[in-house]
Amino acid sequence: MNTITITNLSKKYGGFTAVDNLNLTIEQGELFALLGVNGAGKTTTIKMLSCLIKPTSGNAVLLGDSVREHPQAVKEKINISPQETAVAANLSVIENLELTAGIYGQDIKTAMKMTEEMVSQFGLDGVRNKKAKQLSGGMQRRLSIAMALISNPQVLFLDEPTLGLDVLARRELWASIQALKGKVTIVLTTHYLEEVEALSDRIGIMANGKLAAVGTVAELTEQTGTNKLEDAFVVLSGGAV
Amino acid sequence: MRIILFAKRNIKEILRDPINLFFGLGFPLILLVLLSVINASIPPEANNPMFSIENLAPGLAMFGTAFMALFTGMLVSKDRTSSFLMRLFASPMTSFDFILGYTLPMLVMSLAQAAITLLASCIAGLELSGNLLLAILVTMLTSLLFVGFGLLFGSLLNDKAVGGICGALLTNVAGWLSGVFIPIDLIGGAFKKAAEILPFYHSVQAIKATLDGNFVEILPHLIIVLGYTIVIFILAIIVFHRRMSGDKA
Repeated sequence: MNTITITNLSKKYGGFTAVDNLNLTIEQGELFALLGVNGAGKTTTIKMLSCLIKPTSGNAVLLGDSVREHPQAVKEKINISPQETAVAANLSVIENLELTAGIYGQDIKTAMKMTEEMVSQFGLDGVRNKKAKQLSGGMQRRLSIAMALISNPQVLFLDEPTLGLDVLARRELWASIQALKGKVTIVLTTHYLEEVEALSDRIGIMANGKLAAVGTVAELTEQTGTNKLEDAFVVLSGGAV
Repeated sequence: MRIILFAKRNIKEILRDPINLFFGLGFPLILLVLLSVINASIPPEANNPMFSIENLAPGLAMFGTAFMALFTGMLVSKDRTSSFLMRLFASPMTSFDFILGYTLPMLVMSLAQAAITLLASCIAGLELSGNLLLAILVTMLTSLLFVGFGLLFGSLLNDKAVGGICGALLTNVAGWLSGVFIPIDLIGGAFKKAAEILPFYHSVQAIKATLDGNFVEILPHLIIVLGYTIVIFILAIIVFHRRMSGDKA
């Protein structure tokens, strides 16, 4: 069953086309990775799918609701962890989580229960009463993703979730994301190809706003006659191996 | 529910910053003490009531609320640049939730600030009467103008620019053109005309008329202030809504 159906989706800023006629379907429970060099259109695509910007043309339907016609209904079912860490700096870890839960309509009792679950799942117990601004970069990322998950979203957008993290923190986040596979439909953007190989079910490679290719690692390497995802990515992004 | 949750978050963000506490609650008191000392050193034969407590109290009550523009602007701007607002824009919160969620904490702050400033003025000689309660409410109402400025500039500019415009420029314009620090009637001319066209002088006069129990004079001044407030809020809502829709403001 398709959770996301994207049809001829485009976004233009004046004369510049950031996303050009995108067509794609993503299945329920799938972890779909969007790859591309800087400016390829990944973040713009995620912003359109999460109703943060309006498409210039085309449409995307998430769980039966159109981002153009029913953005409010879409917003009830999704959540996002933006590229930059998005936490309330002067609130504690617990306060950040409870605030997000409340905004998504959870009552106080449920919000507290979900907060405890997230604190445990993301290893935040030792810093539960610390202000977000006092946390390390890795811990802030974990909190940011926990805030995205506390609303029990059916679709989760992770925009470069491990950017700037050290190897250990990245591996810990991978484990958290892997635990969600099959339960939540995840759209992930990243520049780390080993992350894509470790986590994703399918990959979409964007170049100049267009979707250049879609497939598994094996399908993409076969399509390009290469041995590694990195080589396939370079070929499909318009570079030379 | 969402409005209350967001408003609670915003008030925590502001009150947990000691600089905000100083400018929000302490600075008007420091000015009150300093200007009262100056007033005490003016000889009675000079017949200059400029810094008498009856003039000083409403002026400082208004001037203190000018910092609400700085608090609101910095909060909105920091939320935007830290991506926190992007997270909330992707949530089911509506633009109505955001505007009220940012405005309500500032009204609470203005209420507390006006109460502290005017009660401290009573220690300095202002008559303690029932009009004081009404003056606190009028001050809260006039503070909406500055909250609107904060919402507008916070939606348009980064936090450094907000600091410059709302923290330095706006507080100075509000201070000088309201008659708190200089005698507008004595200067007269274009300066007086500018002060009468802009809303700050009328905010002070509305608060003063309330404290004096001169109720017929409140509304004419208040209407001018609220007129400006409505225009600024409409502009702020348009810009904020465009930001929320991902359009460039």
